[in-house]
Amino acid sequence: MSETKTKLVEIKGAKTYFPIKKGVFRKTVGYVKAVDDITLDIYKGETLGLVGESGCGKTTLGKSILQLIRATDGVFNYNFDGEVKDLRELSRTELDEARQRIQIVFQDPHSSLNPSFTIFGSLEDPLKKFGVKTRAERREIIGNLLESVNMPKHYMDRYPHEFSGGQRQRIGIARALSVNPELIICDEPVSALDVSIQAQVLNLMMDLQKERGLTYVFITHDLSVVEYISDRIAVMYLGRIVELTDTEELFKNTLHPYTQALLSAIPVADLDHKKERIVLEGDVPSPVFPPPGCTFHPRCIHATEKCKTDAPKLINCGSDGMDHFVACHMVEEKFK
Amino acid sequence: MNQDIILEVKDLSVSFYTDNRKNNAIRNVSFVAQRGKTLCIVGESGCGKSVSASAILRLLPELSRIENGEIKYYGREEPINIEKVDPDGDLIREIRGGEIAMIFQDPMTALNPVYTVGYQISEMLLEHNKDMKKDEAMKKSVELLSAMGIPQADQRVNEYPHQFSGGMRQRAMIAMAMSCNPKILLADEPTTALDVTVQAQIFELMDNLKKDYDAAIVLITHDMGVVTELADNVSVMYMGYVVEDGTVDEVLRTPAHPYTKALLASIPILGRGRNQKIEPIRGSTPDPFNRPPGCQFEPRCDYATEKCREAMPEREFISGEHNVRCYCYKEVLKDE
Repeated sequence: MSETKTKLVEIKGAKTYFPIKKGVFRKTVGYVKAVDDITLDIYKGETLGLVGESGCGKTTLGKSILQLIRATDGVFNYNFDGEVKDLRELSRTELDEARQRIQIVFQDPHSSLNPSFTIFGSLEDPLKKFGVKTRAERREIIGNLLESVNMPKHYMDRYPHEFSGGQRQRIGIARALSVNPELIICDEPVSALDVSIQAQVLNLMMDLQKERGLTYVFITHDLSVVEYISDRIAVMYLGRIVELTDTEELFKNTLHPYTQALLSAIPVADLDHKKERIVLEGDVPSPVFPPPGCTFHPRCIHATEKCKTDAPKLINCGSDGMDHFVACHMVEEKFK
Repeated sequence: MNQDIILEVKDLSVSFYTDNRKNNAIRNVSFVAQRGKTLCIVGESGCGKSVSASAILRLLPELSRIENGEIKYYGREEPINIEKVDPDGDLIREIRGGEIAMIFQDPMTALNPVYTVGYQISEMLLEHNKDMKKDEAMKKSVELLSAMGIPQADQRVNEYPHQFSGGMRQRAMIAMAMSCNPKILLADEPTTALDVTVQAQIFELMDNLKKDYDAAIVLITHDMGVVTELADNVSVMYMGYVVEDGTVDEVLRTPAHPYTKALLASIPILGRGRNQKIEPIRGSTPDPFNRPPGCQFEPRCDYATEKCREAMPEREFISGEHNVRCYCYKEVLKDE
């Protein structure tokens, strides 16, 4: 990462709620609080890992940045080469332009490519939309794109079913790259792949980042993958960020009790790795009725009375000038 | 004969017959399960690990056939050759669930949605204990559920599977599998659909079962981390063959098959940070209908020679239990 960090995206107080409707009149009876008050900066050229268990809102946050899901509240400032605009307030045409800069790679490569289009057909749409007029030019560009994801040019005339999962995921990456974006939101790009193929895709993504200076938001539940690819990691629990810091710092100096439990629960493929396993009680609560106070308190071994009523704020508890944000009363008191 | 061996699979081959084609799902597979030990079968999707497990319980689909080989079960006074048993007969029905139980990957499809969880557990108990009364079975179900760590088990027992969370459903499945104190527990990717913190809970349970009941566990997984943490013995499968087999120390510390070695090198390991190098395995798994003529791994292997193109290598024993199907294993071991 460069020394002078420029903010590419600045998210302030983002909230994405999904209404639950019931009855004949579709009355709103409650909300699923998928993303609940998240403040986060994404710097140019970095890889930000977004981790958490299923249902913690990591995908919703990713899609809210791209405005595929409209956030209920909050500010999503995007730096358009120095000119900062809120993505939520853009008009349709402006949003189209923004989407040339922000792209997404989906989790399931089997359902994200249209089975009745050839690869060329799937990949030419973004180019058409963003002004590449002639077919010959588009074929040229797509050929080069496929080569940059280590596939032969002539594969563009094949259909998705002819490819394996790993190849399809690489096509998905090629499609995201086709409009020369700055930011790519990768929503579990390797989770559906076999382990021997995961490494191919991960290494490809890291090479592309070096070549093109891309910024990644890497959403995953697999901490070993995120540790390998990320510069910074945000750990989410029930719609909130509980810990946010540099990758190395997070693994060396884990502060939040949830992150500690999460790290200890992961089976590590290393026979010499010895550790205490912290087994959490119970399940993740429903995001419709999140527990009051700190949402983690029913499963936390350190929970006190204060945790049951007061929601902790994300506070910088880092030492030596290191940014280490944690949302926990216990850590906060120790830090003071 | 080793007294601890409870199940011995020897040279087992299973083929599927579909669309006038024959798929050699597994070929000459051999492994043993021992009392109080965990055998992990690892491999990528489509390598035949689930077929091996289904064959043990004779749960293979109709258009398949056990071509050759033996499945010997030593749980009774006389050993039983399971491959010769009538798949719809009384004997296999006694063994299924009663002596060899299975946990499936997806607890939502494995539980019947129109019956309560308690009904489904007591059904199993009543089937295998002819003189048990219905209310006794229900009482036992409550005990089993609370032993699996489900809160308010006496109320939960009357609920339906959709009222349970993913982790609780899997725990109900394990409760059902353990209800008759089976001698062998087959677990087919029991935690793949679950979050890591819940996965840790399930593994803790399985570990206790092994210790308390001296059950043999056959765990099917694709996660090397799980293997490292739980296994006593490992069988690595690739394209229907067991390519390497041995104790966890032997296989993970001194992998003798190029595939095992490449697989271990291709996964990021937690705690090693960004500087670790992961090496993808080139190419992808071959189409099962269009297999390489010789060693199945030959097209992707760095050690491949002329000989490898001709025939699949036979099993060779390196030391004690550690055996491998590779012509060049000595070179692989030398490179360690």
